[in-house]
Amino acid sequence: MLSGLILLPFFSLIILNLPFRALMRRLSFGLFQCLALAQIILVLSPSVFLSGSSSFGVDRFFKFNLINDNLTRLMLLCIGMVLLVTVFVCRYTIKGPSERFNFINLLLIALIGTNGVVMANDIFSLFVFMEITAVASFILVAFHKKADALEAAFKYIILSEFAAVLMLTAIALLLFICGSASFPAINAALKNSPQNFLIMPAIGIFLCGLFVKAGLVPFHAWLPDAHSAAPAAVSVFLSGLQIKILGAYTAIRLVTSVFGYSRPVTQILMLVGSVSIIFGGLAALRQSDFKRMLAYSSISQVGYIFLGLGSGSALGLLGAVFHLFNHAVFKSLLFVNAAAVEAQAGTRDMDKMSGLAARMPLTGLTSLLAGLSAAGVPPLAGFWSKLIIVAALWISGHYVYAFAAVLGSLITLAYILSLQRRVFFGKIKAEFQEVKEAGFALALPALVLAAITVAVGIIFPFLAQMPKF
Amino acid sequence: MVITVDIIILIFMILGALWAVMTRSLLRSAIALAFTSAVLSVLMFKLNAPLAAVFELSVCTGLISVLFISTISLTHPLTWEEIFQHMRERHKRFKYLPFIIVAVGIGLSMVSVKLNLPLPAPETNNDMRIVLWNLRRLDVIGQVVILLCGVFGVVILFKDEDKK
Repeated sequence: MLSGLILLPFFSLIILNLPFRALMRRLSFGLFQCLALAQIILVLSPSVFLSGSSSFGVDRFFKFNLINDNLTRLMLLCIGMVLLVTVFVCRYTIKGPSERFNFINLLLIALIGTNGVVMANDIFSLFVFMEITAVASFILVAFHKKADALEAAFKYIILSEFAAVLMLTAIALLLFICGSASFPAINAALKNSPQNFLIMPAIGIFLCGLFVKAGLVPFHAWLPDAHSAAPAAVSVFLSGLQIKILGAYTAIRLVTSVFGYSRPVTQILMLVGSVSIIFGGLAALRQSDFKRMLAYSSISQVGYIFLGLGSGSALGLLGAVFHLFNHAVFKSLLFVNAAAVEAQAGTRDMDKMSGLAARMPLTGLTSLLAGLSAAGVPPLAGFWSKLIIVAALWISGHYVYAFAAVLGSLITLAYILSLQRRVFFGKIKAEFQEVKEAGFALALPALVLAAITVAVGIIFPFLAQMPKF
Repeated sequence: MVITVDIIILIFMILGALWAVMTRSLLRSAIALAFTSAVLSVLMFKLNAPLAAVFELSVCTGLISVLFISTISLTHPLTWEEIFQHMRERHKRFKYLPFIIVAVGIGLSMVSVKLNLPLPAPETNNDMRIVLWNLRRLDVIGQVVILLCGVFGVVILFKDEDKK
């Protein structure tokens, strides 16, 4: 069944670009929605997912060695969800049928890439699918060919390829040490020869590459430009999904299943994570561009995932994975809100806005819910994941990092309230009197994502059984 | 003798790479990159890695070069004045590049001699079909998707500009 999650988008991509392009253009939007929805339904249906056989029969010809565990399932759910939201936003913000068709082609490639990353059981395959996602992202950022977007895409290409070179070097070193690229073989080889002097440089180089992909400080230079200059739908994909799959998920998978925890690794993860939390939060406070503030906020929030992972405990890992899911939900929601505000008010400059909640009540409410979840206000979903991370750090004796996590949460609350005050609260300005709520294509995903944030927050304490990774 | 030939091939490869970086024309730069890639594939053949060599020759020298050249053909060429301006800046920027490459190369070779690292045995037993279709099937699909993505990139970012 798992192979289908790579092969179906691949064959869809080929079919869409066969002759009868006019028909295919009309079908492309619905086809992508079906694929994303099917992925969500399959992931939520364990019996179908775990059966190991494919109802489409593709496994007979294309059997891959893929990972099939709870972490992968959760990531596949996030991918399906965020890409479904992305395609809704694209319907609202990308007008031309030809442009939209090209956009959906690129989203299909991104779907193949991200699905491949979360299911790869081999470090070289992981690298190949990371590059597929990255190359699709470069083109998506520059999609409208505006000067700032082209500059941001160029900056992103340079830094991302620098990261790719680092990771490829690390893979070469690991192949040299272990003689194989598969995760279990590398894990076994590293356990058998822990004293090999090349192991730590290889892991360190690979982690540096992942920090660039995740946009963590001090490797974050590309992220605010790319996320703010990209089209609205692309920002949802980049911030809601891409940096977490390429950076955070890969780090979680490799550290827990391949490299294993060691003192230098946990120290590096916690240091980079906490610096990113504080720096990203403080930088977000100073922004007046709606999307740029959210981009810096992403740096800060991804820092929490790395901090939880770096705590080295099962509780910290649970917090990291839970925060990864929560961030995918509330950051996608915030970018959907940003798209709605930009489309309706015609600006992203928060200093020029005021009192939009009076004309856009749904956007105002969902944005408040997402922002409070990001700040870790109970009983929303973000509160629980942050609480677990802080508790894990405290229990493992990392008091300074626990303090940094709490401080980061306060900074998050400060910039979220600043955003709400400047954009949604207060008296509405005269030029925005005619503004109205965005259309169905933006309202539906905003409502669904807000419902998930609230529902997960309320249900979480009642969950008796925690997922095992 | 064998090592001397390898070093000569490596020197050709570095010269090709430097040409790709230093030349004033984008088209020549793409050709230089293809040349570098072709020399690298010769080196791979000599090091008993025929599979990697075939891939390097077909994908990097062939397909990627076609993609580069088709993209370049869709862009507007610079004026002579702009070319000379770029050349001046580039020479200023990359003035020390050859010396750095030579120094790094000597340093790395000294480190590898000092550590006396054993190279892993080359994979010569497996048939290419088995390697590509049984062992690295997922990567083959991935390579195809990356190439498709490159084609989409050229079409989306350059085709309309060409019409204008």
